[in-house]
Amino acid sequence: MIRFSLKGMMGRKLRTALTALAVILGVTMVSGTFVLTDSIDKAFDAIFSSVYEGTDATITGRSAFDLSDGSGTTAPPFDESLQPEVAALPDVAAAIGGVAGEAQLVGKNGKAIVFGGAPNLGFSVDPTKPEFNTLTLEQGSWPADGEVVIDVATASKKDLSVGDQIGVQAEGPVEQFKISGLVKFGSVDTIGGATLAGFNLPTAQQLFRKVGKLDQIRVAGKPGVSSSQLVSEIEAILPEGTQVRTGAEQATEDAKGTDEFISFLRYFLLAFGVIALFVGAFVIFNSLSITIAQRTRELATLRTLGASRRQVRFSVIVESLVMGTLASIIGLFLGLALATGLFKLFDAVGFTLPNSGLIFSTRTIIVSLLLGITVTLIASILPAFKATRVPPIAAVREGATIAPGRFARFRTPIAAVITLLGFAGLLWGLFGPDLETTQILLFMILGMVLVFIGVAMLSAPLIPGLTGILGWPGARFGGAAGALARDNARRNPQRTASTAAALMIGLALVTLVATLAGSIVQTFTGAVDKVFVGNYAITAQNNFSPIPIDAAAAAAQAPGVVAVGNVRTGEALVFGSTEFATAVDPGAAKVINLDWVEGSNAVLGELGKDGAFVDEDYAKKHDLKIGSPVEITFANGTTATFTVKGIFDPPSGGSPFGVVTISAEAWDAQTSSPKNLYSFVRMDGGESEANAAALEAALKPFPNAKFATRGQFVTNQISGLKSILNVLYVLLGLSIIVSLFGIINTLVLSVFERTREIGMLRAIGMNRRQTRRMIRHESVITSMIGALIGIVLGVILAGLLIFKIDLIDFSFPTSQVIIFAIAAVLVGVVAAIFPARRAAKLNPLEALHYE
Amino acid sequence: MENGNGSAVVVAQDVTRQYGEGDTRVDALRGVSVDVPSGKLTAVMGPSGSGKSTLMHILAGLDKPTAGSVVVAGKEITTLGDSELTKLRREHIGFVFQFFNLLPMLNAEENILLPLTIAGVKPDRARFDELIRSVGLGDRLRHRPSELSGGQQQRVAIARALVSEPDVVFADEPTGNLDSKTGGEILELLRHAVRDLGQTVVMVTHEARAAAIADRVLFLADGNIVRELSGASAHEIAATVEEISAQ
Ligand SMILES: Nc1ncnc2c1ncn2[C@@H]1O[C@H](COP(=O)(O)OP(=O)(O)OP(=O)(O)O)[C@@H](O)[C@H]1O
Ligand SMILES: [Mg+2]
Repeated sequence: MIRFSLKGMMGRKLRTALTALAVILGVTMVSGTFVLTDSIDKAFDAIFSSVYEGTDATITGRSAFDLSDGSGTTAPPFDESLQPEVAALPDVAAAIGGVAGEAQLVGKNGKAIVFGGAPNLGFSVDPTKPEFNTLTLEQGSWPADGEVVIDVATASKKDLSVGDQIGVQAEGPVEQFKISGLVKFGSVDTIGGATLAGFNLPTAQQLFRKVGKLDQIRVAGKPGVSSSQLVSEIEAILPEGTQVRTGAEQATEDAKGTDEFISFLRYFLLAFGVIALFVGAFVIFNSLSITIAQRTRELATLRTLGASRRQVRFSVIVESLVMGTLASIIGLFLGLALATGLFKLFDAVGFTLPNSGLIFSTRTIIVSLLLGITVTLIASILPAFKATRVPPIAAVREGATIAPGRFARFRTPIAAVITLLGFAGLLWGLFGPDLETTQILLFMILGMVLVFIGVAMLSAPLIPGLTGILGWPGARFGGAAGALARDNARRNPQRTASTAAALMIGLALVTLVATLAGSIVQTFTGAVDKVFVGNYAITAQNNFSPIPIDAAAAAAQAPGVVAVGNVRTGEALVFGSTEFATAVDPGAAKVINLDWVEGSNAVLGELGKDGAFVDEDYAKKHDLKIGSPVEITFANGTTATFTVKGIFDPPSGGSPFGVVTISAEAWDAQTSSPKNLYSFVRMDGGESEANAAALEAALKPFPNAKFATRGQFVTNQISGLKSILNVLYVLLGLSIIVSLFGIINTLVLSVFERTREIGMLRAIGMNRRQTRRMIRHESVITSMIGALIGIVLGVILAGLLIFKIDLIDFSFPTSQVIIFAIAAVLVGVVAAIFPARRAAKLNPLEALHYE
Repeated sequence: MENGNGSAVVVAQDVTRQYGEGDTRVDALRGVSVDVPSGKLTAVMGPSGSGKSTLMHILAGLDKPTAGSVVVAGKEITTLGDSELTKLRREHIGFVFQFFNLLPMLNAEENILLPLTIAGVKPDRARFDELIRSVGLGDRLRHRPSELSGGQQQRVAIARALVSEPDVVFADEPTGNLDSKTGGEILELLRHAVRDLGQTVVMVTHEARAAAIADRVLFLADGNIVRELSGASAHEIAATVEEISAQ
């Protein structure tokens, strides 16, 4: 029987191949994701352990509470007097202090050197102990006073060499340095396209505003002293606000940020692989169902020859098992190619990921194969049972049909129940009380899956009606071909429904994303309009990095400036939990306008040393009123009590403030190298060329800062979202491609099934063009049905999410929806190319002889 | 097994078959009783729509009668479930179809052996060779159905029906899709199976010439058996057909 199944597949090569493609694409994505992220992971591990090679222990500053990565708040530096004390310990062979920070390189043209949104890393280096340096010297020499070493990659991209001058902007204005050498980061040219700069310790301390301070001391023990021994020896003399780790622990700690990034990237990409597989399941299910229907006579003959139902079922399952396995293996290896391609792609967009060879782990193989095969098998279960319902008498009687299953009568009620369950799951996930994030995700994903399946089943009864409407233009203006196409599309509603369903999923997700993004943009724009009442905003070149406060201070000196309001952000410990906190200076009262529940906008300017304002929800949660005390613990361990002076209602669409906001003055007192997230500027005469020129001149020494008008500021802030949106579209495009193959497959099968009929049409005078048009119209009708249902579903899902998020207002993405509808038509046209050619090529005579 | 000459392998009693309900009701069989004697070739004739195929499907267990009983190889089959019917088909029944119904992806040999493959039985090589020789397919075994002529395809189908040595082979218009010369060869083959291999065959046909090779000819009209001839000549049979259709 197995041999029989395999022969059957061989006999249906094209159909099998088209069906397999649906699995291959998804598995490729899954496998490629694993290969990519494993490879990056391994490369980073190698980098970080090479950085701490020869370091037995490290001493670093310790934050008073756990900081999340990228919050803007970093562990406070410690006094450099610790270094000689450590060096003097009996088992210590060497102890080297260092500082690090952001150092923006500035090209000869005065422009900041940036690659994408990559960071600009600056380090101190010790020429006497190069083995302790994060950077490794490739060319030239280590820097003396007034000198800098930069990374090889930046040097070659910007055509810089040893001896050239280069500008560096850290906490203060640009300073000029001479390039004394070129370096790498450990063993790699760059990580994530970051630029690297190394200075001697005094220069670095001055640049990063850490004079007399250190971020880290690296310690090497005397021979024969174990790391743990060394660590406990150091521990005994450590002052408050510092900690010691072994070199290996520090490497792991440093790798944490990248590990988080890698695991995010992994799950993010995997999600799209799984979506593609889910869509693939529909395609497989549909192809198999059609194939079974077409093989009715063959299967019935087998039954008359003594095959049992089990054998028939088994033959279908074996067939899909073999196909699923082959497809998964192909996908698995294509994943290697995909990973290579993604490395190149990331490199091309300036986000170079370290790659020390592709990692093809057992886990990748197992998960990819398991997913691909399982999805195929699950999709084949119903068709396999359908095959068992082929009655033996169908071998002899033309038109004997497959008996409907036991549950066929309940099809619509079952579909309705599945859909309702799906929505119930979604709603529970969104609005259920006290759910954890994983539970929320689980309910939502499960809900979505059920909704998609349920809607796909429910749509079958709608097909005749929808086909009538969507097929009308074709039938009206496309002549006989158009009318036949419409009738073909609705003669097997279940088939058309399942084919359209695959596309529906992709379009629902795309629409969901577009609606969410559109609503966010809309609400955000509204919020900026309302909150930001100044004329210009100052941000980093990449629109999101915090910038040194000196930049805004310089801008404040520009002629015509009435007020500058700076917003600092970071983390602080409030009421026992780490919160997103902000700080403003008095100028904010003139450039920011909030809705106040208690207090007034004047509060922004009257915070003083111990005033604070909080948002409404937070006030409710902690029962805060005007005059209530709020204890805030800063990263450096200092705890201070602030008094609530105002409570504001955060605007939907993005509040510039955290739950609690204090004055910049109070903030800076507790924060090492404070930075602004935004600065808003109000000028005499509003937006004008003269004012722009004045700001331009004032910001010249700060190339990593830029100013923007209100309008530009909104556009800039949205541009990040737009790029994310584009990435999402591309990734969801994968599942749309899968559904495209689904349509091709259905059409090829239909053409095959209607060989006689098409032959007859050709014989009575339908020409090739009309034949092609007939197939194309049918394809477009199918894809439009998928698009229509998908778009409606996507908008509904987005509506639910937006209702839940409550910070954004729903806005219908009209232009995107129009684009999606056009794209769906294109999908239909493209899908029809190959099947239509096959249909048109049919020789009328042969077609009529076809048995 | 009651495969001895003369005893009946198939016994049908008062078989009726109705299709549809009410106005659209069709009585395809109106109470047919018939025995199929073992080791004999029984032909079934009658005008189009008289119920020949229906009768055959019911005797073979492909269809269920509305009322009446059918016993095949000593077993009442009208009440059997699907798995028992499967077993019955495997062990006791062979089919030859008007449109051959060969599986296109299998070659001739594989098609012939298919019933054994399905049953998980190892073919007896000597018997298989004997069978191939008798159906005259020696040099065509590796060919796919699409590479065979209609007559050759039907030979493969007959070999397939005989390979498991069933108690009875049902053939519905086995020559209906062939020209008369090829049809004659196929009939000769069926005759040979009965005469030399001791098979039992039930064959539906429209041709008097075909029915003439039968040991017994049953005539159906409007769902009833109206006449029965034994060892009749083509001429006699043709006359009977004329007579029946005139009524
Ligand atoms: N599935 C069915 N549904 C309804 N009526 C049917 C069905 N199958 C057969 N019939 C009817 O039953 C009667 C007998 O059909 P049957 O196929 O047995 O005739 P037949 O003698 O084999 O005819 P032919 O010589 O044309 O093959 C006919 O009137 C036919 O229309
Ligand atoms: Mg018939």
